[in-house]
Amino acid sequence: MALMQISEPGMSPEPHQARLAIGIDLGTTNSLVATVRSGVPAVLPDANGRPLLPSIVRYRPNGSVEVGYAAQARQADDPKNTIVSVKRFMGRGVKDVAHLESAPYDFVDAPGMLQLRTVAGVKSPVEVSSEILRVLRERAELSLQGNISGAVITVPAYFDDAQRQATKDAGRIAGLNVLRLLNEPTAAAIAYGLENASEGIYAVYDLGGGTFDISILKLSKGVFEVVSTSGDSMLGGDDFDQRVFCWIAEQAKLAPLGARDMRLLQVKAREAKEYLTLHGEAAIAAKLSTGEFVDLVLSTETFCGITQTLVHKTLGPVRKALRDAGLTVDEIKGVVMVGGATRMPQVQRAVGEFFRRDPLNNLDPDKVVALGAAMQANVLAGNKPQGEDWLLLDVIPLSLGIETMGGLTEKIIPRNTTIPAGRAQEFTTFKDGQTGMSIHVVQGERELVSDCRSLARFDLKGIPPMVAGAARIRVAFQVDADGLLSVSAKESTSGVEASITVKPSYGLADADVERMLRDSFDHAREDMHARALAEQRVDGQRLIEATQAALAVDEKLLNQGERAAIEHAITNLQSLLSGPDHRKIKQAVEALNRATDEFAARRMDAGIKRALAGRKIGSL
Amino acid sequence: MHVMQSHFDLFGLAPAYALETDALERSYREIQSKVHPDRFAHAGDAERRASLQWTTRVNEAYRTLKDPVQRAKHLLELNGVDVAFETNTAMPQEFLIQQMELREALEAAKDAPALDALRKNLISEKRSMEKAIAEAIDGKRDYAAAAGLVRKLQFLDRLDEEIGAAYEEIE
Repeated sequence: MALMQISEPGMSPEPHQARLAIGIDLGTTNSLVATVRSGVPAVLPDANGRPLLPSIVRYRPNGSVEVGYAAQARQADDPKNTIVSVKRFMGRGVKDVAHLESAPYDFVDAPGMLQLRTVAGVKSPVEVSSEILRVLRERAELSLQGNISGAVITVPAYFDDAQRQATKDAGRIAGLNVLRLLNEPTAAAIAYGLENASEGIYAVYDLGGGTFDISILKLSKGVFEVVSTSGDSMLGGDDFDQRVFCWIAEQAKLAPLGARDMRLLQVKAREAKEYLTLHGEAAIAAKLSTGEFVDLVLSTETFCGITQTLVHKTLGPVRKALRDAGLTVDEIKGVVMVGGATRMPQVQRAVGEFFRRDPLNNLDPDKVVALGAAMQANVLAGNKPQGEDWLLLDVIPLSLGIETMGGLTEKIIPRNTTIPAGRAQEFTTFKDGQTGMSIHVVQGERELVSDCRSLARFDLKGIPPMVAGAARIRVAFQVDADGLLSVSAKESTSGVEASITVKPSYGLADADVERMLRDSFDHAREDMHARALAEQRVDGQRLIEATQAALAVDEKLLNQGERAAIEHAITNLQSLLSGPDHRKIKQAVEALNRATDEFAARRMDAGIKRALAGRKIGSL
Repeated sequence: MHVMQSHFDLFGLAPAYALETDALERSYREIQSKVHPDRFAHAGDAERRASLQWTTRVNEAYRTLKDPVQRAKHLLELNGVDVAFETNTAMPQEFLIQQMELREALEAAKDAPALDALRKNLISEKRSMEKAIAEAIDGKRDYAAAAGLVRKLQFLDRLDEEIGAAYEEIE
């Protein structure tokens, strides 16, 4: 079981040229960081040897922040300033969050994403998450003794665009170069598939603290292909705790609780749930601030009874994923269980009965996602030679579309489309002389726009006046490898072009991210300028090396003038690299990128021609 | 992107409705392994942009060829047939009556076994429709007839989606 090895903290990395890349499982309940050393993926523990970091952040009056076990220990004393399960709030508005009434926070209903009022000021869930990521980054830097070149952060497969954007922003604020957002079940499939050399069609059932995903994957040598995915981004182990919490309140006939008692009983509920995994009954005892005593015994039978509907609720998405994949239960070779909540025996039983086979549990359900993320980060960092790496083909979980007349959704990219994906659709004007058009981007499966998630609204202005129906407005959707969407619109008949690219309104504006980045550096007393300079130098050096390597291989694709222009841009960047101005380096990097645009496109074309030529010879 | 070509050319396949699935998959993966963004995570912007454009194009081409309706439309377009599916909705009456009956059966289906039975029938009907399209395009080269069949197949696809929605209703 090579995968399960955990390295000693502070152990230095192997002395080779590999880039340091990490995989982070940013979980609802716990978070982990892992890396690949000498070809072996391992979770990096903290200084006390603990692999998990509880995803709990506590803000203190002096502005300092506690993350993890320290924050966990104080959650009942200081519930308003101790944020647990912040992942549930990522990319969400106040009205999207279930059980809001029993969350002991001061919510601020900000446009787009809700915020939390703490003793250290109003915090966005993105900032709270970035505190967790920062601790993991620092843990990795200490353990690997070097700068982290890039990170893969996992997200639930069923996360929508706003939730993904929020996660990526949190990574940036934590000072990470986010190489990729990776879907959690896909990460698990990588770890599982490589460890077990599996081939065939597998289902990954991932019940985490706050989210549920089901992915159907086709595993073959060197390729992980997601066929379909479904889930519920508001269903997880927390909901089981909530059921136990309600049961306690009802059984003990408690009056409405204050924030402190509420948190205390939530902790007790969670402990009881975990205890029941290996025991027949759990004692629940607590003394409330009102002087009341809670003294109850929860049996496995009662626990299964009060949570039965939750277990059942996971099977709907499972059936849907199978239908979307065009598969039946008999065609599934194995079911991989992921996420701490799959430890509950009733979950194991229900999944086993549904798939008519024993679920696979041979990797630790808490660690498998982080390990898979580390393996993918290692590939993305270019540490694996071609041939030993693999191809990952993932999909978008929810359809993307725009609003048309009558509040109806027109799907432009359907769910389960392999990413990166792009598609354009033409629309026209509705009135004579119409010069503007309002474009509303939505995500979801329902026909009515009001039942889908609103991602962004923007106006296309400056359409030349024409009769109704004459304008040709091309709305183009592009989803990148992170599953993130950008939209542009263009009026094309008249030769006049107006185009705009939007970021979803649930994401933060670039200015917000910049501000949070600045705040976080002030807080950590790090020198932002020094950091930016170091990052730009690394970027610049990397780009020069990559360009020179490309020139060495494909020089023949360029004429003399083109080659000279690229070399000039290299020389220019080189001369600035040792200088003190990170902005100038950035400009030179951008200039070199522009100078190599055409070259990059030609190299890509040549690569494809070679691939096809090779195939034809091979099949003769 | 410089190579403007048919989806079949892209994958080095002969343009035919009967699909060499294995060859398509092999070729798709080979191209993806060259252009996928995972290969360029640490590259400069120029290469990342080219990679994104190519992968998008390759994914779209793959999806089109894998889908029986989209593949037929693509072939008809390559053969200069204006499919005009959106505006040309005239269908044979006999077919429309059959579709109405199927939809009535769908409305009456209230449980999974009933839906399973409907879907099973639908799938076999889709298969025979695909066979007929292959004959019309690859064999007789009767593109007008093929266009009519493709419209029918599209109806069946829509019914399939409605069955999917009905499953969700009852779950």
